[in-house]
Amino acid sequence: MALTDTAMRQETAASDLAIELRGISKAFGSVQANKDISIRVKRGTIHGIVGENGAGKSTLMSILFGFYSADAGEIYVNGKLTEIPDSLSAIKSGIGMVFQHFKLVDNFTVLENVILGAEDSGLLRPSLARARGLLKDLAREFELNVNPDAKVEDLSVGHQQRVEILKALYREADILILDEPTGVLTPSEADHLFRILKGLKEQGKTIILITHKLREIMDVTDEVSVMRRGEMVATRVTAETNPTELAELMVGRKVLLRVEKTPAKPGAEVLRAEGLRVVDSHGVERLRGVSLDIRAGEILGIAGVAGNGQSELLEVLAGLREAEGQVWLRGEALPMSGAKFGPLSRRKQGIAHVPEDRHRRGLVLNFHAWENTAFGYHHDARFNPSPWRMDNDAIREDTRGKMERFDVRPPDCWLKASGFSGGNQQKIVLAREMERNPEVLLVGQPTRGGDIGAIEFIHQQLINLRDQGTAVLLVSVELDEILALSDRIAVMFDGRIMGERMPDETNAQELGLLMAGME
Amino acid sequence: MSTKARIPHWADVTLVPLVSIALAFVISAVLIWAIGESPWDAVKMMVEGAFGSSYGWGYTLYYATNFIFTGLAVSVAFQARLFNIGGEGQAALGGLGVALVCLYIPWPHWSVALVAASIGAAVFGAAWAFIPGYLQAKRGSHIVITTIMFNFIAASVLGYILVNILRPTGSMDPASPRFAPEIALPKLHEMLALVGIPFSRVPPVNISLLIAVGMCFVVWYLLWRTRLGYQIRAFGESEPAAEYAGISPVRITIYVMLISGGLAGMMAVNSVMGEQQRLVLNAVEGAGFIGIAVALMGRNHPFGVVLAALLFGFLYQGGAELALWTAIPRELIVVIQALVILFTGALDNMVRIPIARAFAAVRAR
Amino acid sequence: MDIATIVQVIDSTLRLATPLLFACLAGLISERAGVFDIGLEGKMLIAAFTAAAIAYVSANVWIGVGAAVLASMVLSLVHGVASITFRGNQLIAGVAINFLAAGITVVIAQNWFQLGGRTPSLTGDARMARLQLPFADAVRDVPVLGPVYSGILSGHGLLVYVAFLCVPLTWYMLFRTRLGLRMRAVGENPAAVDTAGISVVGLRYIGVAIGGVLCGLAGAYLATGLSAGFVQEMTAGRGFIALAAMIFAKWRPWHAMGAVLLFGFLEAVANRFQNIEILGVGVPVQAMQALPYVLTVVILAGFVGKAIPPRAVGTPYVKEH
Repeated sequence: MALTDTAMRQETAASDLAIELRGISKAFGSVQANKDISIRVKRGTIHGIVGENGAGKSTLMSILFGFYSADAGEIYVNGKLTEIPDSLSAIKSGIGMVFQHFKLVDNFTVLENVILGAEDSGLLRPSLARARGLLKDLAREFELNVNPDAKVEDLSVGHQQRVEILKALYREADILILDEPTGVLTPSEADHLFRILKGLKEQGKTIILITHKLREIMDVTDEVSVMRRGEMVATRVTAETNPTELAELMVGRKVLLRVEKTPAKPGAEVLRAEGLRVVDSHGVERLRGVSLDIRAGEILGIAGVAGNGQSELLEVLAGLREAEGQVWLRGEALPMSGAKFGPLSRRKQGIAHVPEDRHRRGLVLNFHAWENTAFGYHHDARFNPSPWRMDNDAIREDTRGKMERFDVRPPDCWLKASGFSGGNQQKIVLAREMERNPEVLLVGQPTRGGDIGAIEFIHQQLINLRDQGTAVLLVSVELDEILALSDRIAVMFDGRIMGERMPDETNAQELGLLMAGME
Repeated sequence: MSTKARIPHWADVTLVPLVSIALAFVISAVLIWAIGESPWDAVKMMVEGAFGSSYGWGYTLYYATNFIFTGLAVSVAFQARLFNIGGEGQAALGGLGVALVCLYIPWPHWSVALVAASIGAAVFGAAWAFIPGYLQAKRGSHIVITTIMFNFIAASVLGYILVNILRPTGSMDPASPRFAPEIALPKLHEMLALVGIPFSRVPPVNISLLIAVGMCFVVWYLLWRTRLGYQIRAFGESEPAAEYAGISPVRITIYVMLISGGLAGMMAVNSVMGEQQRLVLNAVEGAGFIGIAVALMGRNHPFGVVLAALLFGFLYQGGAELALWTAIPRELIVVIQALVILFTGALDNMVRIPIARAFAAVRAR
Repeated sequence: MDIATIVQVIDSTLRLATPLLFACLAGLISERAGVFDIGLEGKMLIAAFTAAAIAYVSANVWIGVGAAVLASMVLSLVHGVASITFRGNQLIAGVAINFLAAGITVVIAQNWFQLGGRTPSLTGDARMARLQLPFADAVRDVPVLGPVYSGILSGHGLLVYVAFLCVPLTWYMLFRTRLGLRMRAVGENPAAVDTAGISVVGLRYIGVAIGGVLCGLAGAYLATGLSAGFVQEMTAGRGFIALAAMIFAKWRPWHAMGAVLLFGFLEAVANRFQNIEILGVGVPVQAMQALPYVLTVVILAGFVGKAIPPRAVGTPYVKEH
């Protein structure tokens, strides 16, 4: 009988399993984020969960933490079937979670953040005193030092993350989930984090580490589960597997991204930047003296883990962010601030920009497709026959042509941007930016969220544009994409360019080292 | 996972406001019933009072004219996601503009005076909206709070000017002198007489009605046919996207507030020049706030605003009749207005979600 | 100006500041919990009417006060349902509440009393009694202490003292208790509260409800203490002055007290003197009336210290990660 079978398994498992998930499914609208997922996490281990962006890792862990409720499936904590309808139940079951985007109150002190929601009594004083003592112990034991009276907004990202871990430990969590914890950390901060995690493991805590970085998996985990497109494809003992196997499991097929292209015939230098420095509103230096040059007819790929200054670089070049340093276009110095600085003047000079985040910046989701194809070019003379009137018919005519040439589906210029799929939205943006034959095309994450067909199409378009003599600056966190498209590759790390390589003289390992800040 | 429930566009612009107003009416009917009157008789009396005679129509249209101006003012600002709650103060200052233009310049003919007064009203209203707009754009001061504060400051400024400067010597009334009779605006009955239609001579409805309707077309054209309108709408939809497209948030915020304040100010052409023929304290009488209800009801579209303004014109005229003949005070209309604002503006989701479900159910079939 | 006048003005400052203080703390607590409250005016107004009407009918001011608190809470509930449960626009909800109160008070007042939207004047036990503090008579003639203690501090309705007591209470609640910590957190970053396993919705309702109680007291004092009955629109913008004071105080309880005392003082002076001369220049009474609003705009503009509201105020909480 199924019942006895289950019971038996439970008995054998109960002794050493911290978490067992059985048949978890979750759909958001028509998107199946998790499909019948089962996983067993042994107590006192570090268990990695890997998968590409959108594989469903975060959703699964949010279900475990009660942030979402599953459509189907069962959760066993320490061998006991447990209902986790909300975060409180998860906390009560001994589960703690460190989210990718921290859930801290910025203008509270560390202590206040730690006790929030786990106060001992109606008055704060005793809780604060107890937390202060506990923090001191934890700091000694696990290298988790943070000034308990500092305001969170004054702490570095690495320290803020420690506060999140402290929060979980204060709640006596036995099982700690970390969602992409190193995405925002410097390499030394990441190493520190891993030391902390190993220390916690030695104390008998169970740690679930979600990441897409295989190196981390190999370094710190005991077991690793691989997810792909909402499904759990395999679980391996880390010592018995290797990055190549894991990578294959993650991607699912052994295809290397290949794009049909002829060798580049670079022409004269088009864009040159020297000594770009950006300090953000929190006083953090995002760009620390970046210099680069791009020639006509070549693609310069910028590789790097998200958050290492690539976004700021794009914004500076596109005229969206003021910076120190200088940018030249065909030898002519461009304004770096002031009235003549801005995206409009940059566009006028022939610098087009496909932004990284098309939902936030690249498109107005509530605008019709035709309104979006004029976006940023709404000052064009051909759309503005008189100072008073915008020629909407001309814009629509232009849109229909673009939709046809870029194979946007459905080719309906009255559809709102939000009504298109991710790949087709991106095609609308690309059509708008590419069809003016810009001198320079800045493009960030061109294929994020697109399906295979759209990705291939977009890659081909970028190659074509290059062959027409445009200088292309490609920023992508997908190393495959960088390797497949670029004629030269620069790696960014912590606001600097770590080095430049030619694609046929390098490989993913070398680039990966550079991306991790190692030369 | 979007919080906005998906509803076809046509239903969004018709069903949602209609259900909201129906809810507001039902609750008001209960209130009328609770104070011992018959809701049915009340409705009959209101319709009769507002539409049953050219007298009623005249007042309805007079009120509607005010509400079109203030409703447009709020709508334009809403298009840029700015909540201009200061229509009251801007209209008050617009009145000052009208009064100064009409009192201190001897106009040869009402038509010239009308043009000048419209400009005066718009300039003064826009100037009053400029400061909150500037502070929002440049200093990030919350525009809702600053425009509220400016309503009160406007009341004080106007009080001071009326009492100490404009009041004729010897008068106890805090009001300006009367404008010259030559610049009295033609009333609707005079205009209709030209084409042989008889109309009541009493109501103050006048040629400003045409200006109001004209402004609807102007605003519609501005928003959907010009580059500035395109930029306003883009900014309203997404500020980061607008920035990316080179649309300056500072400039758009200030422009929008100038336009919005100007429209609110122009209301004074109707109320000060058209009706009172002089500037009195509190000439706006809450029309600035009704603009909020009108804009919400009219879904921030100029043509929707006309319909919503007519509805509120009807409510005000009908409500006045009701107060005259029954024990139901005029303030009942304020209750209805509040409920309309509540349902169309704040309890939007409560109305939308069931409608969206209904559509989803129909589609699933 | 003689001593007696000064004493009178300060005495009336305390009275005038009382409804402002209640309403200001109401707004402060609500916004600290992340809910904009521009409906203070409306809640005060409905409380003022209810207090006057029920006190008149029952001939007991405290029954009136209780009813006022209930009435104000009902509007708070409407505000909560619209802006917390249905995640509507909090500002628009506030505007609606102001109009709802403005309309419904007159409709009901007219229906009950047929006095053109007023309640009958309150007399006897229907009015809030003025408390004589102990020894007030004994020290009346002592210099300094006499005018301060007997002339200013003594002789107010109970709610005046309650209002000023609410200042330390609010401070203590916000900064020394679990509830306060959670409320401030929900106004700054509701996601932090949600992931800590506490109900964002519940906390925000508590904030709005406390605001309702305080607005109820504000309106009740207005109609039974400061005046003797309800008249149409009797709050006359006090809810917005309270809002201004809250911004002026940058959402801090003790500063709020300072702000309402300042604004109350301006009102007292404007009531007492029609024309004020400062350094030989005549200041029109309208300038005094407008001063609180002008000061608030200056503060908002950040020319004199920036007023930064709680970070999550005005935004309905939607789960995401």
